[in-house]
Amino acid sequence: MNANPAYSSYDAERVWRDFPILSRQVNGKPLVFLDSAASSQRPASVIAAVDEYEKKHHANVHRGVHQLSQEATNMFEHARERVREFVNAASTREVIFTRGTTESINLVAQSYARPRLQRGDEILLTGLEHHANIVPWQLVAEQTGAVVKVVPINHRGEVDVADFSRLINERTRIVAFAHVSNALGTVLPVREITQLAHARGAVVLVDGAQAVPHQRVDLQALGCDFYAFSAHKMYGPTGIGALIGRESLLGSMPPWQGGGDMILTVSFEKTTFNVLPFKFEAGTPNISGAVGMAAAIDYIDSLGMHAIHEHEQRLLKIATRKLEAVPGLTIIGTAPDKAAVISFTLDGIHPHDLGTILDTEGVAVRTGHHCAMPVMDFFGVPATARASFACYSRESDIDALVAALGKAREVFS
Amino acid sequence: MDLKDLYRDVILDHNKSPRLFGKLDPADSSADGHNPLCGDRLHVTVRLDGDRVSDLRFEGKGCAISVASASLMCEAVKGKSRAEITHLFNEVHEVLTRHDAPVPEDLGKLAALSGVREFPVRVKCASLCWHTLNAALERSHEPVKTE
Repeated sequence: MNANPAYSSYDAERVWRDFPILSRQVNGKPLVFLDSAASSQRPASVIAAVDEYEKKHHANVHRGVHQLSQEATNMFEHARERVREFVNAASTREVIFTRGTTESINLVAQSYARPRLQRGDEILLTGLEHHANIVPWQLVAEQTGAVVKVVPINHRGEVDVADFSRLINERTRIVAFAHVSNALGTVLPVREITQLAHARGAVVLVDGAQAVPHQRVDLQALGCDFYAFSAHKMYGPTGIGALIGRESLLGSMPPWQGGGDMILTVSFEKTTFNVLPFKFEAGTPNISGAVGMAAAIDYIDSLGMHAIHEHEQRLLKIATRKLEAVPGLTIIGTAPDKAAVISFTLDGIHPHDLGTILDTEGVAVRTGHHCAMPVMDFFGVPATARASFACYSRESDIDALVAALGKAREVFS
Repeated sequence: MDLKDLYRDVILDHNKSPRLFGKLDPADSSADGHNPLCGDRLHVTVRLDGDRVSDLRFEGKGCAISVASASLMCEAVKGKSRAEITHLFNEVHEVLTRHDAPVPEDLGKLAALSGVREFPVRVKCASLCWHTLNAALERSHEPVKTE
């Protein structure tokens, strides 16, 4: 059916079996996990890598001369190199481990933007942002007198590059937007927008949380200045993520938290800060998290990002077709270029009721505003239900979802 | 967990045709309620006759549980004194949150909400209207949150 050699070898059932949690039951039914955009599950290899680290190698990093500390340091720094390769960052000095996307964006808002922004300067966002890419900018705008501007979305849930062109001006200092919308699935043209912003001297931050699990990201090709993502949406652990930043910018930024590991020398008169990337990693880092993140990247590589992408896009097409056939169902977010995320409403049934009914059938979907209230306001809905797919999703999961929607119809008939 | 226990006929009926839906104008007091988890928003207006709620209305958007609960609440408290309303609220709260609480006989139709306690994440949906009514009675105009 598919001529692509990478895809034809893709065995979704085998991938599904790599994830131990997926074979459990929920409410007496086999689990059908369609909430990977909120947090994906972890393959056995990631769980084992973290376990192995905890059992055999743990000690604090960058501190001891003893064997365990050296092993832990090697594993932590190896993870940094794996993250660098994963998104093709220019150097490991540009790879900062954070708690996740939210912390990465806050770091840039507070360390890059806050010292630079003047009253009346503009921060440009889009109408489809997650709250994590809105609130940090509102905070820094309040602190500095800068103004937050918003590129609108259209009825398909897209942003028009022409609107960026119109709204970026000589006062625009920062342009921040999602690579992929968590609520709608829309993929944004990062390269084009970045070029527009750079042409007017603005710095670009991209929220990549929903992009990195689904498509190959090449930061040197995209050209943006900051890129933020989390491990737990790409089959890794929670509490770890990365900020990739252009070295020249990171170098000019003050540390955002003080503590151990981010200093070279401390006296009560003066502290000399450590070099990149350690300057931004105060305190003992999430070492086991980084090990797990590297294992998640290894796992993705073992399947092939291209094959994952093809698989998910195929599921997206099938799911879109089957859901469109459900009476009263409306898909919210119909951009031609989408990640495998489908937000929808069902006439006469509030998404929250839908979520409960689907759960009794073992089907896990996200219901609510998806931390994107402005998106909900734009479409005039209080909430949506959202089914999101991952490398382990199967066509039978879509059928289970459709059957459970039928059950919801019955309850509310 | 039985869905039929949550979505009883009384609940489905009040969701489909909510009673006392709308807005009193003029009103003696009002309050807004908001459940950020699911986006439910309620607006409750009340008319007072001394210590009694002589009339009330609710409007807003929400899930079946929150709409039905608000509708059932409005029917149940209309004409009641503050003390009687507080008593009912305490009973409803107990039934919603305590797994083994007996369902008091004087709850009437409100007893239909007892299935909610098998679905802990939905308790806030059912209690939002009561918190909102309380706020209106306390003459607070600050939006109420269930968080």
